[in-house]
Amino acid sequence: MLKFLPRRLLQLVPTLFLVSVLIFGLQQLLPGDPALVMAGEERDPAVIEQIRRQYRLDQPLPMQYLHWIGNVLSGDLGESMRIKQPVSELITAKLPVTVQLATMAMVFALLIGIPAGILSAVKRGSAWDVGANVFALWGLSTPNFWLGIMLIFLFSVKLGWLPASGFVSPFEDWRQSLATTVMPAFVLGNAIAAVLMRHMRSAMLQAMGSDYVRTARAKGLVEKTVVLKHALRNALTPVITLGALEFGTLLSGAVLTEQVFSIPGFGKLIVDAVFNRDYAVVQGVVLVTATVYILLNLLADVLYVLVNPRLRD
Amino acid sequence: MAAIAASAGAPTAVHDSPARRALRRLLARRTAVFGLVVVGVMVALALFAPWIAPFDPLATRFMAIRMSPDAAHWFGTDEVGRDLLSRVIWGGRASLAAGVISVSIAVGVGVPLGMLAGYVGGVIDAVVSRITDAMLAIPFLILAIALAAFLGPSLGNAMIAIGITATPIFVRLARGQVLAVRAEDYVEAARAVGNPPARILLRHILPNILPPVIVQATLAIAAAIIAEASLSFLGLGQQPPAPSWGSMLNTAQRFLTQAPWMAIFPGLAIFVSVLAFNLLGDGLRDALDPKS
Amino acid sequence: MNFKYGRPSARLAALALALGLALAGGAQAQSTLRIGLAEDPDVLDPTLARTYVGRIVFASICDKLFDIDEKLNVVPQLALSQQVSPDGKAVTIKLRPGVKFHDGEPFDAEAAKFSLDRHLTMQGSFRRAEINQVDRVEVVDPLTIRLQLKSPFSPLIAQLTDRAGMMVSPKAAKAAGDKFGTAPVCAGPYKFVERVPQDRIVVERFKDYWDARRVTIERIVYRPIQDSTVRLANLKSGQLDLLERLLATDVDEVKKDSKLRLATGTELGYQGLTINVANGEKANNPLGKNAKVRQAFELALDRETINKVVFNGLQKVDNQWVPQASPFHMDKFPTPKRDLAKARTLIKESGVATPIAIDFMVPNNPESRAVAEVMQAMTAEAGFDLKIRVTEFATSLNEAEKGNFHLYFLAWSGRTDPDGNIFSFASCGGPLNYGKFCDKKVDELLTQARTATTFSVRKTLYEQAAAEILPRGGVIYLYHRTLLFAHSPKLAGFKVMPDGLIRVTDLKLQ
Repeated sequence: MLKFLPRRLLQLVPTLFLVSVLIFGLQQLLPGDPALVMAGEERDPAVIEQIRRQYRLDQPLPMQYLHWIGNVLSGDLGESMRIKQPVSELITAKLPVTVQLATMAMVFALLIGIPAGILSAVKRGSAWDVGANVFALWGLSTPNFWLGIMLIFLFSVKLGWLPASGFVSPFEDWRQSLATTVMPAFVLGNAIAAVLMRHMRSAMLQAMGSDYVRTARAKGLVEKTVVLKHALRNALTPVITLGALEFGTLLSGAVLTEQVFSIPGFGKLIVDAVFNRDYAVVQGVVLVTATVYILLNLLADVLYVLVNPRLRD
Repeated sequence: MAAIAASAGAPTAVHDSPARRALRRLLARRTAVFGLVVVGVMVALALFAPWIAPFDPLATRFMAIRMSPDAAHWFGTDEVGRDLLSRVIWGGRASLAAGVISVSIAVGVGVPLGMLAGYVGGVIDAVVSRITDAMLAIPFLILAIALAAFLGPSLGNAMIAIGITATPIFVRLARGQVLAVRAEDYVEAARAVGNPPARILLRHILPNILPPVIVQATLAIAAAIIAEASLSFLGLGQQPPAPSWGSMLNTAQRFLTQAPWMAIFPGLAIFVSVLAFNLLGDGLRDALDPKS
Repeated sequence: MNFKYGRPSARLAALALALGLALAGGAQAQSTLRIGLAEDPDVLDPTLARTYVGRIVFASICDKLFDIDEKLNVVPQLALSQQVSPDGKAVTIKLRPGVKFHDGEPFDAEAAKFSLDRHLTMQGSFRRAEINQVDRVEVVDPLTIRLQLKSPFSPLIAQLTDRAGMMVSPKAAKAAGDKFGTAPVCAGPYKFVERVPQDRIVVERFKDYWDARRVTIERIVYRPIQDSTVRLANLKSGQLDLLERLLATDVDEVKKDSKLRLATGTELGYQGLTINVANGEKANNPLGKNAKVRQAFELALDRETINKVVFNGLQKVDNQWVPQASPFHMDKFPTPKRDLAKARTLIKESGVATPIAIDFMVPNNPESRAVAEVMQAMTAEAGFDLKIRVTEFATSLNEAEKGNFHLYFLAWSGRTDPDGNIFSFASCGGPLNYGKFCDKKVDELLTQARTATTFSVRKTLYEQAAAEILPRGGVIYLYHRTLLFAHSPKLAGFKVMPDGLIRVTDLKLQ
């Protein structure tokens, strides 16, 4: 049944290797010398030299890569040049933040996308269809950093309902935690809502035109029951597996959203590290997120097959 | 039906060619029509900017900074006294060009590569697929930032960066489509007759996989416009003083309370254009989808 | 619904109140000061730190041998007095008795020597260049140290009012090694509690501080919020009590808001234009090689208009490297006003064909970009074609090193002693001399100025140097920035210091 699984697992290796080469190469391509960035205002040439030596920046690139990847394989992701903290520590500290944000974003996306998709399919061609479409798409049509700033302006400054930025861990204060994450999660979830809406809509249309539903309709069941029970159940399958695949989009969106809302998650970590040329951080974090993304994709494919009886063989 | 589509260029005795049928379906949907019209207007504004814009978008007037909209300046002026309406129109040029050119790069590189990988299979497929997987595994914006920073901050380089980052999507799409139609009868027939692979790919396969590519390209233009705005927000896109909607938003956020029009109009412009491309793309998907 | 700016309606006030209480964390007894920073500091180790924001945090946790007051005078902190030997090569410093480090260890001459040696010898120390004239540190008695210098160095005490003078606990430093920055132990009014990178730094009151009666606030939380608009939004909505680096364009808004207070001061540094006079190929540009063109460029600029358009007139325009408040400011060199006619004439006389293309490297932040755009419009009228190249930070450092620019828009945060604002920039081979300006006579004058010990002698030397540097040197100075802070009215006692660092003593939260 899951014949593809071993082959896909095997494909993980070259893919991850390529990711590592890609991200390492990209970092090196970036103009600018990390030693100079770390050098501080006074620019003492002796210190710059020492930084180069300490972080092996004076060695040939293949050597630097091998040294890094060797460490990674033995569990050491290096340390941040800027604040001298191990990358693995930074990741474990920030992962729950981004996961929380991503989860809440998915909730928003589902809340917006699924009803909009259903409405658009059922009331196809009507004003409801137009409305549902625009409602779901407007999140995709506005730059998320922009939406974030406008929301802060409205809900924090003018209305005073929500904190403007920052993050509070749910273990410290779950109410505050919710308050600090509801706006960024909404901004993130918006973009995904559109994708969900589209898939929900086409899946619903497909299901509604299928024999299964036509039979139910012929049996004389009420339209609403037909739609909700039969079409919906079939349509939800692909939509749910979509969640895993949108992880990449979430992370991409998180990059700027976390910047605007000052959320100490992955997105902010990566962007700051890129601009500070903190190589180890970028490489480590991207490698980790890429691995998670690929595994999630695999999981989604497995789920898809498992849930869909017809695809089993 | 696929066979008819394959020879869509040849004159046909049937009144309703699939292309015309698709067009009718497209125009039947209100949202798609809206999208088409708006996109058309945007393109026209961008093309005829030099003749439409009332002022020089680069002309500064230090005595008239941050003036609210009035009869002379319909959209007001910005922080160094430039006419905002003109800048939005010219900015549309930059943003639309960013969208169209970057997606053209992605399609131009990605589709042939994907077709090749899907048709030929074997090692080429393995290599292309792994590279595509690797690129897709890295968050899109990170890739774009790194590339844009590497190439140097400019609108052109931002376009290239976005284009390269979007290529894997089209590789995967084209490849998937080729795999789906590879086993179809007409392809088998073409191969049996002795056509060289290049001919098969160009004349028989490409026209069939074009519809989803067109849909995806339209949607990708929408995403690319947003991506350009994001890069400009980080300072990696259009350089001052030349306008682009993204860089105008970037400047405007400091003046939200004093001069909100600086933010409202470029923001609205992005919203309307991107929404239009999205609606158009969705409409195209409905229209070109043979199943519905 | 009628919204008055910032005031929620009654129903929502209840919700806001609930959130506010939740925000206070229920700890009503403990007062917490929340400060918004413009960036996340780097490593919190005085020896290894290199960012400006880091110094703001250090102001609460790490006391120094000396400090400065608003008038830029040196005042005692962990040291009581200093005496320079007649030949200028030995400085005797008497230390304050009864001081403890955060871990309870006593502060004495041994600890002072340890800290200074650490700055001088630790691998990766950024302080070495600041006090490298110190040959060795001697312990004279438990409360007195003597610094033996390689040659006289008048800016030394000024250096000891900053990170180079910060004292660390020898016990903690030895135990932590280069990880000291993750949990610094110093002798300041507050001690380090925790740090979540890019989120917050928390410090709490040190009960055994030598001046404890001036410290009333229990806790301080530093929160880095890079976006200035969002930072201000946080202050307005009550999540912050104080923020630094308010944007000039937000000043009017803060002034009009009865729930906010504005605090200003003038910085120690400057904003200027670095000219590539001798750094690599791009040094062959009319601006760097032709004195008339350079003069024309400066005359084409209207500093006052730049100030008005971009900063609402808030900055202090100037043409020198020390602020007007400094006794070293030279009034005999007034700031030139714009003279477009003369600029055009000079260009014609110079024989260089117009438009004169200039590659202008500008850092990637909104205010710099705005200034660049204004400059572009102004200089175009005289015949210059300023090509603005916005470059992000890391890249610009590289470009500056390699000399890949004609003009570079660069700011300097400033040091207490004028030597700190000029020597590294104008001496041959100075590490911050990106334009590679080199003049033997100027070098002589600047070196003499840093070894002379009398104020009048030093000032005369700087004036002589200025006569050479201002017309031909590697920098055109534009203005000194006004330090802008905004805070809630609950905060009392906040004074802006010229170095822009937030002093935490004598602050009260109501």
